[in-house]
Amino acid sequence: MFLVPDPVVRFFHRMASPPHFYRFTERLMPWLVVIFLLLTATGLYGGLYLAPADYQQGDSYRIIYIHVPSAWMSLFIYVVMAIAGAIGLVWRIKLAEIVAISSAPIGASFTFIALFTGSLWGKPMWGTWWVWDARLTSELILLFLYLGVIGLYGAIDDKRVASKAVAILALVGVVNIPIIHYSVEWWNTLHQGPTVTKMDKPSIHVTMLIPLLLMALSFNVYYLIALILRVRVELLQRERNTQWVKYRILENRQ
Amino acid sequence: MSVQEFFAMGGYALYVWPAYGLTLIVLLANIIIPVLQRKHFFVKALKKKR
Amino acid sequence: MSLSRAFFAIIRRDLVLALRRRSEVANPLLFFVLVITLFPLGIGAQPKLLQAIAPGIIWVSALLAAMLSLDSLFRSDFDDGSLEQILLSPHPASVLILGKIIAHWLVTGLPLLIVAPLLAVFLGMPTHSLGILLLTLLLGTPVLSLIGAIGVALTVGLRRGGMILSLLVLPLYVPVLIFASNAVEMASSGLPVSAQINILISILFMALVLAPWPTAAALKMSIN
Repeated sequence: MFLVPDPVVRFFHRMASPPHFYRFTERLMPWLVVIFLLLTATGLYGGLYLAPADYQQGDSYRIIYIHVPSAWMSLFIYVVMAIAGAIGLVWRIKLAEIVAISSAPIGASFTFIALFTGSLWGKPMWGTWWVWDARLTSELILLFLYLGVIGLYGAIDDKRVASKAVAILALVGVVNIPIIHYSVEWWNTLHQGPTVTKMDKPSIHVTMLIPLLLMALSFNVYYLIALILRVRVELLQRERNTQWVKYRILENRQ
Repeated sequence: MSVQEFFAMGGYALYVWPAYGLTLIVLLANIIIPVLQRKHFFVKALKKKR
Repeated sequence: MSLSRAFFAIIRRDLVLALRRRSEVANPLLFFVLVITLFPLGIGAQPKLLQAIAPGIIWVSALLAAMLSLDSLFRSDFDDGSLEQILLSPHPASVLILGKIIAHWLVTGLPLLIVAPLLAVFLGMPTHSLGILLLTLLLGTPVLSLIGAIGVALTVGLRRGGMILSLLVLPLYVPVLIFASNAVEMASSGLPVSAQINILISILFMALVLAPWPTAAALKMSIN
């Protein structure tokens, strides 16, 4: 590992060891929760209260503060999943495998949120719950990709094998996502009906932008929290016959 | 802005609040499920020990 | 044995085997024809309506037919252990697997081209768009086989892989569906389609180069 400073390498080596990861995240968790709550509180205060209503969409645009960050997270988490899967495949790091599969339900949740809030935002803007808008459509396909990953993991009994399968699938998916995205975008510009007014990005003002970025940060921290919680459970289950888990059970240190 | 005005969301309350409510539910579920699973794991493991 | 000889030997072997199991070849083809004849029965036979949706119907049916045929790609070789032999051979597994995929396409994908003109006539497509329809099928169906191979390779070891396979594969078929059916649609209205065709060609080359790797990796995983 050239170019990477030595302490960083050492940090990752130690983090790859399950008991160390478990102990470290235990101490990290309260801080993450505090940061998450602060970010969310300021973000929502700024977005729902301080920011002015949009001159075209009125107050309905305020859904943006969860819709857009969720859509960002849905893509970001898929990429994280593929990278973690690749690390797991190449270096056989158990923790990376677990990070990959634990990300899938969280990513699927964000995709679902982006779809649902997009639909709720679309109703007053377009007059219908669903429009084959490019962003909503690619988000829907992304949800299918996530469900495929989750379904495949569930279908294979041996979880080491299942992790490998998931990593391969996530890598294939991550190569395909830009192509799917581009094709859907292209399809959308051709088939745009005359009644559909595109959900204009509201000419974004600083008072609207700052809460949006705060919410995006808050969702990132949330992802970290939810991911750590899932990874810890998965670690316990996979390592239940090792010494460190047995000690924890004996002392009931969850 | 009064509290009522705030919750009315300029007439879009029926769209804005369900969106936020559902997000809250989904995000909470993603926290609660693993926490319960961990509790369950320890309860089961401790029972086995005795 | 050199790599190219091994490659062609695999193609020949799979073609000979396919000739013995003709029903496996015929089933996707029949399915393709059947689904397309169901559409006019389901939505009514107004010529204008049929003409408008013909490219979409033909391509969606091709997608489903391709997906149904996927199971036969590795199934018998997986069951009798010859897949393990292929993967253990000194040649790069991805190339040999590519041979298997090509053979599979020759017996399940290529026949779709033969019946497509007939169906286009059924659906009242203008004759000048027929060439483009055949061209998109020629470029698109190999991609379906190549992408589908990844999905089957991941699920071939599972008892109930069928349902999950469609979930894995169909979302990845979206770009082919969009560009191919759009090209046919544009061609019917007499518009130029070179952009769509060029994109389909590049998708085909990408799939040819990239898809055999994860397929081979997934097969190795499924066998253990």
